[in-house]
Amino acid sequence: MLTHKAKRVEITIEAVMEGRLTAALTKAGVTGWTVLPVLGGSGRSGAWSREGQVSRAGGMVQVVCLIRPERLDGLLTAAFAVVERHIGVVSVTDCDVLRAERF
Amino acid sequence: MLDLAAANLLSPIVLSFALGLIAALARSDLSVPEAVAKGLSIYLLFAIGFKGGVAVAEHGVGLSLGLAIGAGVAMSFVLPFIAFGLLRGMSRMGPLDAAAVAAHYGSISIVTFVAGTSVVEAAGFKPEGFMVAVAAAMEAPAILSALWLAARTGKAGGVEPGLWREIMLNGSIVLLIGAFAIGWITGPKGLSEVAPLLVAPFKGVLCLFLLDMGLVAGRGLRGGGKVLDRGAIVFALVMPLIGGAAGAILGAGIGLSTGGIALLAILGASGSYIAVPAAMRVAMPEANPSIYLTLSLGVTFPFNLTIGLPIYLWMAQTVSGG
Repeated sequence: MLTHKAKRVEITIEAVMEGRLTAALTKAGVTGWTVLPVLGGSGRSGAWSREGQVSRAGGMVQVVCLIRPERLDGLLTAAFAVVERHIGVVSVTDCDVLRAERF
Repeated sequence: MLDLAAANLLSPIVLSFALGLIAALARSDLSVPEAVAKGLSIYLLFAIGFKGGVAVAEHGVGLSLGLAIGAGVAMSFVLPFIAFGLLRGMSRMGPLDAAAVAAHYGSISIVTFVAGTSVVEAAGFKPEGFMVAVAAAMEAPAILSALWLAARTGKAGGVEPGLWREIMLNGSIVLLIGAFAIGWITGPKGLSEVAPLLVAPFKGVLCLFLLDMGLVAGRGLRGGGKVLDRGAIVFALVMPLIGGAAGAILGAGIGLSTGGIALLAILGASGSYIAVPAAMRVAMPEANPSIYLTLSLGVTFPFNLTIGLPIYLWMAQTVSGG
């Protein structure tokens, strides 16, 4: 099977920032992403669980983008402007995708 | 007042809340599914808004509606400054965290308002139906005051237009005001058509919702308790009494009924844990959410629900002579 090199960017961020992040990604020309619910975790601010959160303010989501390597800098610049001051994690990994024209 | 307090403490709604709180503190795996909790809150907001609208259709509104909204908005603007001053004096909290906490205490808790309405009506008082609109109007002004306070620290974020849209059109406000409008338009006839759903099961649903709130508050206390110093905890018990007294005095000053005064006191006493935390996460992300959520949800909300509500009703009776 023919595969193509791509970058997988995972941005875990507060749910209240989701709309702002996806708007920034759209503005930067990113055409696709997937938003996943986050059940819980632990980090510098301590342990956290979705259970027992009374509003969206306490929740987190993960935005996953698969893009061509040459578009990575533009995406990270746009994302960083939104997430810079907020709780969250941004990670980039190499991956392979089928059907390169979709990215 | 002791009779009121005892009756409140032994009511099904407070005992349901206590069950949730104890279960969470004891690390039970009891939980209310997220979608169920959301459904219960939609039901409660719709029912309370609808019934408020019907009450206005029955009795009409005059100058008192404008005065009550004006009093509520003024309280929401001013209470954060009092809260900020107290926090800076009583606790070791920094100015940014203090400003974020202050916003919560100027805004309102709609769940406390719903539970308070139930307690006030159970005591035989009939509050003005338009208090629902006052509750909605009090959500946002405190955020402005807190942003001004935080701006002095140089760490507040800019107020983007999208943030205001989110605050003013958050689901709770839209549902509350929308149901209020439907109740006002359709009046008692409309209520009679939906009474089997919106009236009879109300208290039972409130019990289940408060069971969930008890679980949430207990988990918050378990996780966030260690970030609070003693001064902050004392603040979270004193500030509602100050807000409650301010609401009672203002309510009497503008000529509300005893039930209406009690509800304005309850609104003044309650602290937000839905709309304001979301706004703070966007506008002041450096402020610690564990502090403001634990104080408003873990300390003030249980205090208001168990001890506060009878106190605010007593305040209302005292200032109105009723």
